[in-house]
Amino acid sequence: MIGLAQYLTVAAVLFVIGIFGIFLNRKNVIVILMSVELILLAVNINFVAFSSFMHDLVGQVFTMFVLTVAAAEAAIGLAILVSFFRARGSIEVEDVNVMKG
Amino acid sequence: MISGDFNLVLPEVIIALYAMAALMFGVYTGKDLVAAKINTATALVFVAVAVWIGFGPGGAHTAFGGLFINDAFARFAKVTVLLSGAAVLLVGQEYMVKRDMLRFEYPVLVALSVVGMMIMVSAGDLMALYMGLELQSLALYVLASFRRDNEKSTEAGMKYFVLGALSSGLLLYGASLTYGFAGTTLFSGIIQTVHAGQMSMGLLFGLVFLISGMAFKVSAVPFHMWTPDVYEGSPTPVTAFFATAPKVAAMAMIARVVVGAFGTAPGDWGQIIALLSVASMYLGAVAAIGQKDIKRLMAYSSISHMGFAMMGLAAGTAGGIKAMLIYMAIYVTMNVGTFAFILSMEKDGQPVTEIAALKMYSKRAPLKALALLVLMFSLAGVPPMLGFFGKFYVLQAAVDANMTWLAILGAVASVIGAFYYLRIVFYMYFGEDAEGVDAGGMGAVAWTFLMVSAVVMVLGIVNMFGVEALAQAAAVALVH
Repeated sequence: MIGLAQYLTVAAVLFVIGIFGIFLNRKNVIVILMSVELILLAVNINFVAFSSFMHDLVGQVFTMFVLTVAAAEAAIGLAILVSFFRARGSIEVEDVNVMKG
Repeated sequence: MISGDFNLVLPEVIIALYAMAALMFGVYTGKDLVAAKINTATALVFVAVAVWIGFGPGGAHTAFGGLFINDAFARFAKVTVLLSGAAVLLVGQEYMVKRDMLRFEYPVLVALSVVGMMIMVSAGDLMALYMGLELQSLALYVLASFRRDNEKSTEAGMKYFVLGALSSGLLLYGASLTYGFAGTTLFSGIIQTVHAGQMSMGLLFGLVFLISGMAFKVSAVPFHMWTPDVYEGSPTPVTAFFATAPKVAAMAMIARVVVGAFGTAPGDWGQIIALLSVASMYLGAVAAIGQKDIKRLMAYSSISHMGFAMMGLAAGTAGGIKAMLIYMAIYVTMNVGTFAFILSMEKDGQPVTEIAALKMYSKRAPLKALALLVLMFSLAGVPPMLGFFGKFYVLQAAVDANMTWLAILGAVASVIGAFYYLRIVFYMYFGEDAEGVDAGGMGAVAWTFLMVSAVVMVLGIVNMFGVEALAQAAAVALVH
């Protein structure tokens, strides 16, 4: 029987994979964008699971908003990526280093 | 009724419609030729809406089934955000025109992010909070990489985007857990669950994730990594904007969430906020010492100031919230003046940001050097200036809330932090003579803002221009 706990576990695992994807990734900025999407989708699973098990629609409405914002965020992220590529000629994570922080 | 609801969000709707109209106007007329006009018009719209909100009807109202709250707290934050946004637009205009950087999208993006901030501070529900936060953040990512042909600016935008998206993810995960374990996304519903004594493990995790996500937005340690790079890389007018309006909005948002949704007995979140506060104060004070670039220095300075503002929040009382609001209002005024000066730093027409270029500046421009001295003393919290009273209020709030240890740590941090502000003053008055920034290069608008801000720091100690009473009303509206 698949209950709430199973859904939450999957979401938590996806969330953690997404976080690690951002911090451990040494290759490419595109991978970071994919990790961000993974995090947002993990959150969506959480929302829908809670919503379904509580018989409350708010969570699914929230999911719709998250999906919409995620699309806008991806568009802006890619736009910044393109202008970065034009200025630097590379999108390697190691090349994002003009300023040391 | 729906029409009543729309009356409450009318200021936001007007600015959003204005932003779209300005965008259309810019596209179909002279494009960047009309950019300066749109910039000024946007600033005027901000001021008009701020006056309207400030002198409009009082009271606390909710709209759209509790999604949107319009109370004295929200109005205080909105007026601060709008006025600082207008000031930054006006101060930065000349700098951008001179360097051919002013595009008509700039004021439009600022206007959209300000709409986001206004929704953030008025949110009564996690959904409204998230939408406002994202509207603000998405506009700010674009602003950071506004000079899209410049390596540093695009890199700043990229770093801000990646870490901002991560923080949104953390915040959302917290929101989903809160929703699941409280059964609602309304703050008024969550606080009922909390008061019923059901602060379950899941809800606690949700709270921690929510606070971490929001701490990113105010650049509190340990979520501050983006701040110095983004401040340094962004065009200076954008940096000035980052240092003012979004900080106020995010701080007000944190207060709304922790107090409005998780209760006025800050047992659960008080310690988290206090920890963030101490870490921010000390990291900001210590890491700024080695900085040579004044924009990076201002980044660490803002981290440290956020630590102090959070100290008021950690107290969790009406006095603490009031202290936090006063602190933010003073902080914004100081920063507008300081950035008006930083924008004018140039050598042979090229902008410079090295602190060393200020050596013996007092000989070349005594009045401006004096104004900057006042602002630096105020930022450091030296007694006769207004900045001292900001710090005094938060320290007092911490003592009143039985957090004396926090107040002592804060006082020590402010002494450490004073070093790097005073170093700038030292360079200006006592450093060896060197080829530094030109005495000129400052337009009338920026000069006015620098002087007004410096004068406010001195004269404000009389009665704070009535801000104290407004902050008191705002704090009482939040902490019932």
